[in-house]
Amino acid sequence: MAVQVEFLKSVPYFCGLSIAELHSIKEVIFEKTLQRGELVLIEGEPAEVLYLVASGAVKVFKTSAEGKEQILNIVRPGESFNDVSIFDGGPNPASVQAMGPVVLYGIRRSDLEIILRDHPLVALNVTKVLAGQARHLGSLVEDLSFRHVIGRVAKILLEHAGDGTGARPRLTQQDMAAMAGTVREVVGRSLKALEEEGVIRLERHRIVITDKEALKDMVAAYF
Amino acid sequence: MFEMPVIDRAKCDGCGLCVSVCHCNILVLVDNVVTIIREERCVSCNRWCTQCEDVCPTGAIRWPLEIVIE
Ligand code: SF4
Ligand code: SF4
Repeated sequence: MAVQVEFLKSVPYFCGLSIAELHSIKEVIFEKTLQRGELVLIEGEPAEVLYLVASGAVKVFKTSAEGKEQILNIVRPGESFNDVSIFDGGPNPASVQAMGPVVLYGIRRSDLEIILRDHPLVALNVTKVLAGQARHLGSLVEDLSFRHVIGRVAKILLEHAGDGTGARPRLTQQDMAAMAGTVREVVGRSLKALEEEGVIRLERHRIVITDKEALKDMVAAYF
Repeated sequence: MFEMPVIDRAKCDGCGLCVSVCHCNILVLVDNVVTIIREERCVSCNRWCTQCEDVCPTGAIRWPLEIVIE
């Protein structure tokens, strides 16, 4: 499949460019296909290529010293990843893995520099993209580093717990994130932390509270 | 047993992202709307997969959890 100009039109990086400009940019873009589970970037390695997702979805994640994975973002068609290291010349800040079959469009740093010089509008677009990413990461970092989110998640679990008869509304991690005033990545991490502390058990369709009193203590401790 | 995942057909824009990430291959697009085939196979998926919900840009496919006290 050749790189599609129609698709490039919808990419925030290239917003407002003419068809002729997109055709010239298309020349330096190369395509890369990935299978489910394949890694496209590894944290800490040198960054040479900016990637746009053409189809499918990838997850951007970091792995802690204990081997725990923290998802920072899910990148969907039209969105980019690896922007920061391409512009500051540093290593990949996180690893990136295909969640299913994925087609990526890559632009090498040297080519991107030429694009930026020839098309100043792209530089303005890049600023907006980077600002959006900084905002997302800012709230993520804030919540990941503050234990009070766990307290809030614990409170939501207690308030929504039923007796297993299905009488209580079921919640998604997204619902819990909205209630706790955080993002779903942080809810996922909080639930795993609560499971490690032995106060809940994560089952397929359920969250089982195994130690209600300990959970109550956690709410009290963080409020 | 609840039906999993839960789909809101009106919200689905047919982008197919959930279909592409589902490793149990139980999701397909029919008339540009996501549809579950072979529902029983999702039972074999990893605990806490929820990837279809994670990637959906419109919130059309959800994996709600029941919270119970043991
Ligand atoms: S939870 Fe996972 S296996 Fe089940 S339908 Fe969603 S993506 Fe497929
Ligand atoms: S990801 Fe969401 S919007 Fe896209 S096909 Fe699946 S349910 Fe529909």
